[in-house]
Amino acid sequence: MLAFTIRRALQAIGVLLAVGIIAFAMFRFAGDPVNQIVSLDTPAAEREQVRRSLGLDDPVPVQFVRYLAQSIQGDFGVSYQFRQPVSDLLAERMPATLELAICATIFSTVFGVLMGVYSGLRRDSFLTKVFQTVSLVGISLPTFLIGILLIYLFAVTLGWLPSYGRGDTVQIGWWSTGLLTVSGLKALIMPSITLGLFQMTLIMRIVRAEMMEVLRTDYIKFARARGLTTRAIHFGHALKNTLVPVITIVGLQFGSVIAFAIITETVFQWPGMGLLFVQAVQNVDIPIMAAYLMLVALIFVAINLAVDILYTVVDPRLRTTIRQPT
Amino acid sequence: MTIRPTFLAATAAILLAGSALPAMAVTLRYANQGDLKSLDPYTVNETTTNAHLGHVYEGLTRRGKDLAIQPSLAERWEISEDGLTWRFFLRKGVKFHNGNAFNADDVIFSANRVRAQGSNFQTRVPTNAEFVKVDDHTIDVKLKSPNPILNSQWDTWYILDKEWAEANNATGPTPASATTPSYAALNANGTGPFKIESHQPGVKTVFKSNKEWWDKAEHNLDEIVFTPIGSDATRVAALLSGEVDVIEPVPLQDIQRVNSSANAKVLSGPELRTIFLGMDQTRDELLFSNVKGKNPFKDPKVREAFFKAIDIETIKSRVMRGLATPSALMIAPELFTFSKDFERPKYDLEGAKKLLADAGYPNGFEVGMDCPNDRYVNDEAICQAVVSMLARAGIKVNLMAQPKAQYFGKVLKAGNYNTSFYLLGWTPGTFDSHNVLHDIEGCRDNPQSSRGESNLGNYCNKKHDELTDKILVETDKAKRDQMIKEAFQITVNDYGYIPLHQQALAWGVSNKVKLSQRADNSVLLYWAKKE
Repeated sequence: MLAFTIRRALQAIGVLLAVGIIAFAMFRFAGDPVNQIVSLDTPAAEREQVRRSLGLDDPVPVQFVRYLAQSIQGDFGVSYQFRQPVSDLLAERMPATLELAICATIFSTVFGVLMGVYSGLRRDSFLTKVFQTVSLVGISLPTFLIGILLIYLFAVTLGWLPSYGRGDTVQIGWWSTGLLTVSGLKALIMPSITLGLFQMTLIMRIVRAEMMEVLRTDYIKFARARGLTTRAIHFGHALKNTLVPVITIVGLQFGSVIAFAIITETVFQWPGMGLLFVQAVQNVDIPIMAAYLMLVALIFVAINLAVDILYTVVDPRLRTTIRQPT
Repeated sequence: MTIRPTFLAATAAILLAGSALPAMAVTLRYANQGDLKSLDPYTVNETTTNAHLGHVYEGLTRRGKDLAIQPSLAERWEISEDGLTWRFFLRKGVKFHNGNAFNADDVIFSANRVRAQGSNFQTRVPTNAEFVKVDDHTIDVKLKSPNPILNSQWDTWYILDKEWAEANNATGPTPASATTPSYAALNANGTGPFKIESHQPGVKTVFKSNKEWWDKAEHNLDEIVFTPIGSDATRVAALLSGEVDVIEPVPLQDIQRVNSSANAKVLSGPELRTIFLGMDQTRDELLFSNVKGKNPFKDPKVREAFFKAIDIETIKSRVMRGLATPSALMIAPELFTFSKDFERPKYDLEGAKKLLADAGYPNGFEVGMDCPNDRYVNDEAICQAVVSMLARAGIKVNLMAQPKAQYFGKVLKAGNYNTSFYLLGWTPGTFDSHNVLHDIEGCRDNPQSSRGESNLGNYCNKKHDELTDKILVETDKAKRDQMIKEAFQITVNDYGYIPLHQQALAWGVSNKVKLSQRADNSVLLYWAKKE
């Protein structure tokens, strides 16, 4: 187990390095940061001065190595746009993104599993057909469109929910939370649905398929023969066995949810890391772009690792194969 | 379905708590496409930022709703006979938000800070101007040569408190390339009608009314909450749902919808920025063209043909949906008295074809065009229209539309003016013609001089430049305007540029709010009244 974890950690460092190299190679195509920093009528000499002081006149490999050396010491540089340390900015924005991602995941898991179980058990009912249609919408419509449709329905037409932002937040230590105020909770609803819809669809379909598969197996027939209640069979035996793939999906998708929050955050002007990243791309704010990409890569790697470890907890068969590599 | 009583009680309690908040404070919510990036007023010279900071900081002068220069922190000023000394009489009894008194030392300090290394506003005050304190509320500015437009940009040269800056280690300007965070970038201490209550860059900035302001407030606001909302659809939705009171800008395609809604309307008017096309007139062979060995744009006939092949009225009605004012000059009519004496040459496709044939291109030629796609109103659509119009005259234009980050990197000096044909917009920062004559229309031949640095195609006429130099030092307004007119006439005759139009401003304003619109697109909420 320990060896497994160490091996994975080493792989993680390799992944992060690769992301860093690719990111730095691509930054040249994002445009010239100096133009975004100064105004159009700034004299060329002043522009050169800015370029030099940012170290942008050095070759890309030099810039990369310098960045790496600094970030290992925990210094991710200062944002070109905001003149604040990038680590402060990310720390300030992270609670917003994480709250959104967690709410979206809870929403998608709860509704996905419920809808999946229901449509797995009652294949031909009317409600199942409704669920199937909803899931088709969730999988085929792009996120920003769903977001804008929700805004126009619930914010502009009905006026029930706020169209942008996080509402009022409460500061608990360094963590700012929107979960403790009414406006904060209201502001969470539409972005969470927008962000979680695709994942909900995915979970629903997997649970449904697994449910139908499991219900045909011998041990379910045996359980019926033993005279167990339908409820015990469905939820005690069948559902439990469908959960392995669901954990995989929820876990692996959590990284994507954070990464794809970019779009949802842009649509709802959600002050999270994704929005920060989009603003950074528009303004060629390299320190933020680099730190964000590394952070997302790190989250992905960490989640993968966690899921791998969780597997062994849920499924005893995997435990033995890890212990006795063939 | 039953709802538990405890749940109901809890909901009621929350609702009651919500309504028990102190009411009646007038809060105006404002959303802009762009951000308030730094609170240091010398970091980024950009209209939106300057307008935001204009609520908090003030200059010696300010500009009214009609852009006329008015006294602000300076009550009045006098110019000596020889034009070399300007005496400014400072307003007495003005206090900064931290309670410090405003005096001559603050002006001298700000004059040094704004010209220091790292300031983006160095051109606001001539480097060789000497600031001399006469007494606590009088300042002499001694110049090396007369400068009739010395204070034309002082409305956005904001005055800082010397003691505050020294106490917070912010005596130097926060450079755009700062590698350490600066106190002045995150905190503000001005003399203006609003104070900054809180500032989260990129998220939210709250301004509170300054009850001790020296002037009588025209607004009735207690608080302004500013949120940047980058997404067009979300910004419009927030206005329509009444969550924000003012938005800038409203995208052209949403203007109808905002106007037909019950709770908001669009405030529009001509903007000062001139959108124009420029042509590379300096290289012996164009970088992006199939004409080899010569540069067709060196021939004025070709430039005239391009001008006449563009149907500006169609661009106005189709692309800009009526929200543009076609322009004959490279400057907006609001900024130059004699603009109305100039008339734009008419659209004339046959004439254009003939001119091209005369110039030796009866079958036209190919040329590459650079165009931003996220900088000006419908910039890419304008370029596409130009492409199809020129195609009718036989010119094949290969359009390269790109985000501003890439575009400016390519066409500006840093990119070695890497373009043959381009679209650009320009507002003279001084609101004065000299800026256009010098930066846009001036010859680029002296690498030591900043003349023509934004003249990407290097249109050049020596006579024009001689006039420009005279205009800089001429203090007699009537004579000066006459010379400006002559200079513009030279460029017009040369077909040095193809001015297109001034785009329109479009602000979305809630019906509850009364607001004045200024043509430089500064959203100034100290003129706002909310019901």
